[in-house]
Amino acid sequence: MRHIISILLENEPGALARVVGLFAQRSYNIETLTVAPTEDVTLSRMTITTSGTEREIEQITKQLNKLIEVVKLVDLTEGTHLERELMLIKVKASGAQRAEIKRTADIFRGQIVDVTASVYTIQLTGTTDKLEAFIEAIGSNCILETVRTGVSGIARGEKTLSL
Amino acid sequence: MELLSGGEMLVRSLHEEGVEYVYGYPGGSLLHVYDAFYQQSAVKHVLVRHEQAATHMADGYARASGKPGVVLVTSGPGATNTITGIATAFSDSIPMIVITGQVPSHLIGGDAFQETDMMGLSRPVVKHSFSIKHPSEIPEVVKKAFYIATSGRPGPVVIDLPKDMTIPNDRHEYSYPKKIKIRSYSPPQKGHTGQIRKAVEVLLAAKRPMIYSGGGVVLGKSSEQLRSLVRGLNYPITQTLMGLGAYPGTDRQSLGMLGMHGSYESNMAMHHADVILAIGVRFDDRVTNGVDKFCPDATIIHIDIDPSSISKTVDIDIPIVGPVDTVLDEILDIIKEMDETPDADALVSWWAQIDEWRKRHAGRYEKNDNGLLKPQEAIEGLFEATKGQAYICSDVGQHQMFAAQYYKFDEPNKWINSGGLGTMGFGFPAAMGVKMNYPDEMVVCVTGEGSIQMNIQEMSTCLQYGIPVKIFCLNNGYLGMVRQWQDMNYEGRHSSSYMESLPDWAKLAEAYGHVGLQVDTKDQLQGVLDDCFGKYKDRLVFINVAVDPDEHVYPMQVPTGAMRDMWLSKTERT
Repeated sequence: MRHIISILLENEPGALARVVGLFAQRSYNIETLTVAPTEDVTLSRMTITTSGTEREIEQITKQLNKLIEVVKLVDLTEGTHLERELMLIKVKASGAQRAEIKRTADIFRGQIVDVTASVYTIQLTGTTDKLEAFIEAIGSNCILETVRTGVSGIARGEKTLSL
Repeated sequence: MELLSGGEMLVRSLHEEGVEYVYGYPGGSLLHVYDAFYQQSAVKHVLVRHEQAATHMADGYARASGKPGVVLVTSGPGATNTITGIATAFSDSIPMIVITGQVPSHLIGGDAFQETDMMGLSRPVVKHSFSIKHPSEIPEVVKKAFYIATSGRPGPVVIDLPKDMTIPNDRHEYSYPKKIKIRSYSPPQKGHTGQIRKAVEVLLAAKRPMIYSGGGVVLGKSSEQLRSLVRGLNYPITQTLMGLGAYPGTDRQSLGMLGMHGSYESNMAMHHADVILAIGVRFDDRVTNGVDKFCPDATIIHIDIDPSSISKTVDIDIPIVGPVDTVLDEILDIIKEMDETPDADALVSWWAQIDEWRKRHAGRYEKNDNGLLKPQEAIEGLFEATKGQAYICSDVGQHQMFAAQYYKFDEPNKWINSGGLGTMGFGFPAAMGVKMNYPDEMVVCVTGEGSIQMNIQEMSTCLQYGIPVKIFCLNNGYLGMVRQWQDMNYEGRHSSSYMESLPDWAKLAEAYGHVGLQVDTKDQLQGVLDDCFGKYKDRLVFINVAVDPDEHVYPMQVPTGAMRDMWLSKTERT
């Protein structure tokens, strides 16, 4: 099953390498990974999406907790949560296709952020499913390039991951 | 406030931590540090002949004393040579501080001479690592390193030290922190009382209980509590390879070791138990055999300081995360307060069953009548000659298993071996580390002709520093454990397990300035051991013992089977 693990980690050189190294050493898989400093610059917030059996996920969270630089950690999929991913996608947009792509982008509430005579660059945010549905709808023939940030997640309601 | 260079700060900080010996090897990036060592006498440096040996010396000392060992090596090859030793300590959760020199900060990343990314190389095998960015950080980093290495589940910590952090005339204010707090690190201080209470109830209601204890009891200095619990309940106990001695091996309630080469009675009792109290163990694959068939009837209680050890390989019914000593104290208190006793009738029939099992194999092996020693006989001879009082530092292979089976340890910290990583070459330097710190004790390296050659150069270090360890080499001319597997699983095709062209061991020992003795037949063994611990008490003695190359270690569990599935000899299976 897919899990979203959110980690509060010391913003220090080498901390990211320890997290990534752990996944590699123990053959856990990483589907997406995002990391950036928080409002407190001594801390980074990392979101990892991974999948595995219940035992594997339990080991992943326990092993992550053992890393000295990991301050706190939560498996967001254990409760209600929000998740978002941002995608920039460059597509061929010429002739009859041009209007159709614009319409599809509107339906998915995407924004066209760059335009040339033959190319649109569209920005889209949403869940992983939504981004994939958009790619499907556009069709691989006209996609020139995609870049995705990976998932960021946060718990719904009062719950916070903080010091 | 006092002004010190980075090199001086390092030495002073080690002194503040109570370090007496540092094991290491100098080189370009550490010259400032070695100069700082030269100018003081509080912390002594021991010059090894290979950096790997420095790590094993520190490790042996740590296992015997419970205090962290300290290693100091230069950058590049000096650092990479410590990796096996760091991994060895990591596998067995041994506290160790490894300080590695590094090229000057401005050269890092530029493929400089003797540069290697030690932070990256060591990452998978350390508990934590630090890279020094400014000389003034040194005292705090050393304090943190010792705290992390020794608290919670112990382990090795690396400090990477660029040369420009130690420049003699670059002086900074020095003060050693009294306490340290790391906001992201707080090892558990006690177990969950509700869980402990539940565990005690299950434990007291058991009909066929087993206590399965391991290295965590030795590391957690909880041997006394373990003894009180086991004796108070009159329950049988089996110990892992790493835990031997925490409970006395010669005691009636001890069933010996369990697992792949565990005793018949230990493995049978585990398999048939209805309640297992696992203390400071990790359900290693060399213990459990096939996990799907592991102890089918047992409710399992598991005490461990590391939450990731719980339910890692075997599902645990009642987990208790906490330090073994405080958890056992609480268990003892609750038992007293509950004023209940175990089911006496059930216990009588359980012990009767165990005594039946004890008769079946009973550590038997066939002796030769041509005078050629069996390795088991050699270990029994050693046990008698040392009255079971020696520190036994083992290498890896058949001799290690024979030592674990036939040398009965009555005290913790006296059986020192690389259990997790299985590092050949560990035993001799580990013995040196023990002997340097316990000069009045008998310290024996039990080894084979394969393992000993992986760090034999340290005989030179022993002469320089006067370290009279005893090397007891069970020489069968083969890599015995490899050969055993080849006999059992590869129809006796001995692929690269025979060692030709072995040296004349006595001459080799003499060449290094030591004593070499030879045992060819069993009638020579006692005399040679008497000389070793008598006439040559203060000398390093290398005893080369010719043993039967055909011998296998038994019992041996049948791979992927249950605990109870064992070979008991070459022809007898359960």
